[in-house]
Amino acid sequence: MEFTSNKAIYLQIMDLICEKVLKGTWGEGEKIPSVRQLAVELEVNPNTVARSYSSLQDDGIIFNKRGIGYFISEEASKMVQNVEKSAFMKEDVPTFFKKIQLLGISWSELSDLYHQYEKQ
Amino acid sequence: MININNLTFGYSRRKILYDNLDLELKEGNIYGLLGENGAGKSTLLMLIAGLKRPHYGTVNVGGHYASDASPEFLREVFFIPEEMTFPNISIESYVGVLAPFYPKFDRTAFFEMIAEFGLTPDMTLHNMSYGQKKKALISLGLASNTRLLLMDEPTNGLDIPSKSQFRKLVAKYMSDDRVFLISTHQVRDLESLIDPIVIVDSGKVVFNETLDSITEKLLFTTADKVLSEDVIYEEKGIAEDKVVARNTTGDISRVNLELLFNAVLSEKSEMVSALSN
Repeated sequence: MEFTSNKAIYLQIMDLICEKVLKGTWGEGEKIPSVRQLAVELEVNPNTVARSYSSLQDDGIIFNKRGIGYFISEEASKMVQNVEKSAFMKEDVPTFFKKIQLLGISWSELSDLYHQYEKQ
Repeated sequence: MININNLTFGYSRRKILYDNLDLELKEGNIYGLLGENGAGKSTLLMLIAGLKRPHYGTVNVGGHYASDASPEFLREVFFIPEEMTFPNISIESYVGVLAPFYPKFDRTAFFEMIAEFGLTPDMTLHNMSYGQKKKALISLGLASNTRLLLMDEPTNGLDIPSKSQFRKLVAKYMSDDRVFLISTHQVRDLESLIDPIVIVDSGKVVFNETLDSITEKLLFTTADKVLSEDVIYEEKGIAEDKVVARNTTGDISRVNLELLFNAVLSEKSEMVSALSN
């Protein structure tokens, strides 16, 4: 994995896991790779992966069964969706609105485009 | 814990390279040792390994001192130098001679590693290329399971796939009771691996910080995204102006090690004060 974004690597690993949850690659209740396995796979410091896992655990997206490993929580995809939604509303939407205003795009124009998109 | 205290060393008495250097290394970490050419990174590694004797000061690995060169010290330290010398024997014979000095040596792991590097036990060391010798020595070091593993520019001479292989092996064989100390100029090879970062300059350790504490206080970004009064160090470019700035937003950015290194060397006092706030 190339860590190209400007975010800290541990945050990029959290994003990667959340993406896998959203796409359903890692299903709810499923066991995920150990810290060591993922560190080897991604070629990163195991402490970095441990940091990502502990943050995801704090968020309730994964949980730890002592001595067995980490698992995806039952409500994980809903939780990830909520997190991503609020990030989208906070970061992407204002940029989008700004651009609409700048380019003088009307709301009806957009709504037509969206209806077309929905039909596809 | 590995403790280096009041280390003073120079190649001549009048020209002191390290003056009262202190450094503490904690188990479970992969330290990256950075410094300019001639800053003495290799010398520092040799001093820690006990291959050079300091004028003053001590190197203490788990209660054993480098200056004693006792078996208890030597079996806990493995050094992978940049210039390697080997006897003219096969890898298999060599590991047979070397492994008994390291009680925790893992032969199975060793033969797995050399196989992953594309080497075979019957290869003769003198007939191998620099890169192949490096791979053999890296495998020996990782398999030795010593408390301290010192590596001097380990990715030098490795081809593209082997660099990735190297990162995987380091991630695999790092453990909570080991310390890896890796000196490097190839920061891009090791950017995702080394943490904390140690920088030596003018005979001192001028920087020793974890990535966590760096990113909590500092932001690695472009000039247009921060207030100019927060900028500590700037590198102008055609595409963008890269900056190290005080972190006032709480965003956790990815540490650009090249930028960090240049910032520490040129804005030493400002960097230190930003980190100690």
